[in-house]
Amino acid sequence: MTQTKTGGTLYRGREGMWSWVVHRISGVGIFFFLLVHVLDTSLVRVSPEAYDAVIGAYKNPIMIVGEIGLVGGIVFHAFNGLRIILVDFWKQGTRYHRQLLWGVVGLWVITMAAFTVRHLMLFFQGA
Amino acid sequence: MTTKNPEAVLPAHGIEAPRSGRIDPKYLRSGSGSGSFEMAAWLFMRISGLALIVLIFVHLWTNLMMGDGIHQIDFGFVAGKWANPVWQFWDLVMLWLAMLHGTNGMRTIIDDYAEKDRTRVALKGILFVASAVIITLGTLVIFTFEPCLMDSSGELLDSVPAFCHDVVG
Ligand code: HEM
Repeated sequence: MTQTKTGGTLYRGREGMWSWVVHRISGVGIFFFLLVHVLDTSLVRVSPEAYDAVIGAYKNPIMIVGEIGLVGGIVFHAFNGLRIILVDFWKQGTRYHRQLLWGVVGLWVITMAAFTVRHLMLFFQGA
Repeated sequence: MTTKNPEAVLPAHGIEAPRSGRIDPKYLRSGSGSGSFEMAAWLFMRISGLALIVLIFVHLWTNLMMGDGIHQIDFGFVAGKWANPVWQFWDLVMLWLAMLHGTNGMRTIIDDYAEKDRTRVALKGILFVASAVIITLGTLVIFTFEPCLMDSSGELLDSVPAFCHDVVG
């Protein structure tokens, strides 16, 4: 449209491309977390002390912020995954894919606001 | 265009359907062995995704939003949950679906970016071995878990959940 620079051939998609990029990155991030999470949970078979010591790391303030990021990734991947399914199976899905993405972003903001407030409140109560 | 002849616009006998026998079967994408596997994988990503929304959201809700949230999580908390077969089953299904979904997603990404055959085969080999190890380990942990641990004199450890005192005495 009003693109005047012609350097490079990088594909510049709009909402559709960015939602794909974030879906992919969040999927990879969740996958690696899951590998670690199964390993840390497996410590219940080693000893109660080993489990409690390692799980204690999740209660450290830096990890609390990390957990908000992790849940943010999961919630986006989940809602956007639902949008992908709607685009594939719902007749009007391809027509409204952009509106669906704004629905995903809106629901994500609401869910994450609620989660962040509750998670931080519980953290400060117990700390 | 002001042609009087309708056949110039549409052939009298209709237009032949695309790929109707004109193409050598070896160029067709359907019927080539892996076609049905990829279709199943595509469908699996969607069905497992729907199930995972419920499985993961309830998991996060019970572990992080209810009770004392993150601070409640310790050995006794896990022992209490897995004393209930419903939670054992829940975590087992969540483990398998999430690992298979995630592994298949990673396979797609490796196919997208690793161009050299050897790199692709090597990365997928590592991926499949890692997934098999994690699925096996997670499954064994859920089913061989012993919540009411005792010390050498037969006394229950301090970290065990309260119900152990009723069961073991
Ligand atoms: C919470 C529920 C989830 C939903 C609704 C969901 C949905 C989806 C969908 C629809 C796709 C696209 C598949 C395709 O293009 O054929 C996808 C891809 C993917 N998912 Fe999930 N998923 C969920 C959870 C997870 C979890 C727990 C993991 C990690 C263990 C994960 C990792 C991935 C990966 C790595 C991809 C590939 C991304 C790509 O190809 O760009 N997802 N997911």
